[in-house]
Amino acid sequence: MSGGVPSSGRAAEERSRAPVVAGAPLAAGLVAGPLPAESVGLRREILHFARRSKKLLIASVVLLAAVALAIVGPLLRPGDPNAFVGPLGVPPDSEWWFGTTTFGQDVFAQFVHGLGATFAVGLLGGGLAALIGMVVGFVAGYRGGWVDELLNMITNVVFVIPTLALLIVITAYLQARGLLLEAAFIGLTSWPWAARAIRAQTFSLRTREFVDLARISGVSTTRVIFLEIAPNMGSYLFMTFILLFGGAILIGASLDFIGLGPTEGITLGLMMYQAVAWSAMQLGSWWWFIPPGAGITAIVGALYVLNVGLDEIVNPRLRET
Amino acid sequence: MSLLVSDLRVYYRTLAGDVKALDGVTFEVADGEIMGLAGESGCGKSTLGNSLIRVDGRMKHVGGRVVLDGVELPITDSAEMDHFRYHQISIIPQYAMSALNPTRRIGTMVAELVESRGTPFREVRDELARRLELVGLAPDVLERYPIELSGGMKQRMVMVISTLLNPSLLIADEITSALDVSSQRAVAQTLVEFRDRGFVSSMIVVTHDVSILYQIAETLTVMYAGKLAEKARTEVMMDRPLHPYTRLLISSLPEIGVRFENTRLTGIPGTPPSLLNPPAGCRFRDRCPLAFDRCVEEPAFVEVEPGHSVACWKAG
Amino acid sequence: MLTLDRVSKSYRIGLLGGTELRAVQDVSFDIAPGEVVSLIGESGSGKTTIGRMILRLLTVNGGSIKVDDVDIAGLSGAGLRDYYRRVQGVFQDPFSSCNPMHKVDHLLSTIRTVYFGQLGEAAWREKEAASLRAVNLEPGQVLHKYPHQLSGGQVQRLLIARALLLDTRYLVADEIISMLDASTRIDVLNLLGDLKDRGLGILFITHDLSLGNYISDRTVILRRGRVVEMGATPRVFGNPLHPYTRMLLESVPQLHAKWGVARPGGAAGGGAAERCVYHELHPRAAGAGGDGGGLPLLAAVEPDHAVACARLDEECGC
Repeated sequence: MSGGVPSSGRAAEERSRAPVVAGAPLAAGLVAGPLPAESVGLRREILHFARRSKKLLIASVVLLAAVALAIVGPLLRPGDPNAFVGPLGVPPDSEWWFGTTTFGQDVFAQFVHGLGATFAVGLLGGGLAALIGMVVGFVAGYRGGWVDELLNMITNVVFVIPTLALLIVITAYLQARGLLLEAAFIGLTSWPWAARAIRAQTFSLRTREFVDLARISGVSTTRVIFLEIAPNMGSYLFMTFILLFGGAILIGASLDFIGLGPTEGITLGLMMYQAVAWSAMQLGSWWWFIPPGAGITAIVGALYVLNVGLDEIVNPRLRET
Repeated sequence: MSLLVSDLRVYYRTLAGDVKALDGVTFEVADGEIMGLAGESGCGKSTLGNSLIRVDGRMKHVGGRVVLDGVELPITDSAEMDHFRYHQISIIPQYAMSALNPTRRIGTMVAELVESRGTPFREVRDELARRLELVGLAPDVLERYPIELSGGMKQRMVMVISTLLNPSLLIADEITSALDVSSQRAVAQTLVEFRDRGFVSSMIVVTHDVSILYQIAETLTVMYAGKLAEKARTEVMMDRPLHPYTRLLISSLPEIGVRFENTRLTGIPGTPPSLLNPPAGCRFRDRCPLAFDRCVEEPAFVEVEPGHSVACWKAG
Repeated sequence: MLTLDRVSKSYRIGLLGGTELRAVQDVSFDIAPGEVVSLIGESGSGKTTIGRMILRLLTVNGGSIKVDDVDIAGLSGAGLRDYYRRVQGVFQDPFSSCNPMHKVDHLLSTIRTVYFGQLGEAAWREKEAASLRAVNLEPGQVLHKYPHQLSGGQVQRLLIARALLLDTRYLVADEIISMLDASTRIDVLNLLGDLKDRGLGILFITHDLSLGNYISDRTVILRRGRVVEMGATPRVFGNPLHPYTRMLLESVPQLHAKWGVARPGGAAGGGAAERCVYHELHPRAAGAGGDGGGLPLLAAVEPDHAVACARLDEECGC
């Protein structure tokens, strides 16, 4: 504790000194809320860098545009996106913005409905994986011992399961499959890396003195994890979720593409599957597979860029000062 | 060798502005002198020690000069300073013993370091062996990895490495802080021995531990809030400290024999001022029991007796 | 009374847990209310392990720790929460002890949630303010601030105030001032002295002998997990009998006396010719003094001053 840069937080406090004179006690019962001018050094720093991050900006714009389209689009094109409504296989024009499929389905309608479905798979699948990963990771990291060993074993088993083979077997038994099933499957199989990562972080946080202090305050294990450890990993957990979200979308699209997707409705991956199945490339119907492909790429790409951008903001060592 | 520092100012860049960590420091170190640089956290002593070797990206050299053996040190130009480092001026940085590369054998690391300074390793190999023996390390330590050594051993190893090319001036930054009391004594006495044997000419020993400095330093300089408070020969400083801060600091140190029941020691109330916008005038006046009207004007660091300088209106 | 009776702690390390690492071995001492006991040792001596065992952060492998004749190993749930009402701790790094995501109020409000749920807002504020003033802090100075906005000394005193919110009888202070500046150390130390005068029993863990000498009534010197000397502080410091204690005292840098000319060697000083006080009282001791032959671990040399075999965990050929 010698030399070094004094924290800017203290200096900011001096500039905006509250009208409480040292030595004058607060009246009993009067709760002094956080003084408005008081700055929290950490939060200010994060906002400062957040505003300057190009990656954050670009990624947010792309994602917000996609979400907007997923909401507004179905209002523009209500009804069943798989209905046969138009001329067969026409390229984009003023009436059919993305053209039509070989069977006369509206590609634009499919696209905007598919966006929503893709997001749903990402949210549900990624969310489920995040939940399982967090529970397993926190418990294993905090408890250690045989609990850790057991959970590690389970994690490794799920890691190693050939998910594709499993899905093919499941597909063979279930003729009709919905979006929910796909999301559930993704959620149940893609959590292991998140559990590992969260476990490692929990391990390192657990040895910090404030955790000891919570323990000797009689705080129960669950409360220690949620109130002391998890908030310190907040940004880490958020970024893990973003990666799981993006990963779920990608896995979902891949599964759809090889024909293991849902049997009803439409997703971007299903669009590409159908396009390839009906020789869109040979027929030159680029409008059928390029929009869904670009859509998936843009969304998943934006999520990954968002992740890197957030990491740079939150982790001072990655910043270019 | 002789070191002359005149009005050195080094600030740190931060989001909130410039932190005036070192704000106008002037002193000399004579040939063969071990100067202790003491002060509490945030006083600027580490900044001073480090700026003599390397002014890194966060630091900003705002003014002042450093002259070593009559040659002005180009402290802002890192490439130019490279000619001086290890040969004329060297440092044992804080946390040095934790900074040894854990994946390299110690001997390999020393060889690489020496070669990068333009000296073939074989020229120093014998001298290295002699010095290792002097500090009580077995020659096979060169074959070991850092993790195999204890804290005291690592610190002595770092001391040997930093002085291998016989620099004129050595800066030792908090080298005893993380050690046990028995290793502290060994390391501190090794430092003196290096000077006695001529491996280094002079030293600046930076630490918050005044009692270690009493044991090994000839002169003592006390810093407060980026400025010099007092400088004198060690015995004089202990017997007759003139600056109120020095007096309060020394009287707050517990010694063996002083017990709470009999003598209640007192600390210094308050905290040092923020260096982002330091107050005008003497920086200690908010906490000083002797402060009076004139203290709003900053006292100059003047020599009140031969070899004894103070920055206080009430001294001398 | 907080009593440690032949407390031991060992870890299994190495491949397949083949090697046993003895962190603490057969340590016995007690702390009475209104008394400060210093636990002095270098790194690896086991002093922090003992502190953590008293705070139930680690389990005890051998021996027992009793508070008011109740063995703490058996406590759990409500019994454990009750234990923490009476025994609390403060650690070395004030900033690591604070969760950086929360304001420092969080430390105090956690206590409120667990122990004072029934208390009304006004009553709680009063209690909080009283504890803070007992450590010379004003509520307005420190509440609603983040840890990095306060100084190390303020945070450490806040942590002591936290312990005072409960009915603390015994406080484990683990190197609480080693990370503070010299001018604030003495304030925290004097605070401990005041608390002692008000009946608190304090275990002051430190590596710094001058601090131990200043504040403590009794001293326990620890080396590699074993007690080598213990007793009333003036006796241990005034008449050190164990070679290790002597070596420690010689190495302390004093402010008005220089170190002796001879440098201490690597070992605990003294060769075979050095007089071993323990063996003068127990000439039959063989091996690590105490276990073989049913002899006590420490020999009482004078009232409240005991010393162990000079070569405790080496092969003693006496």
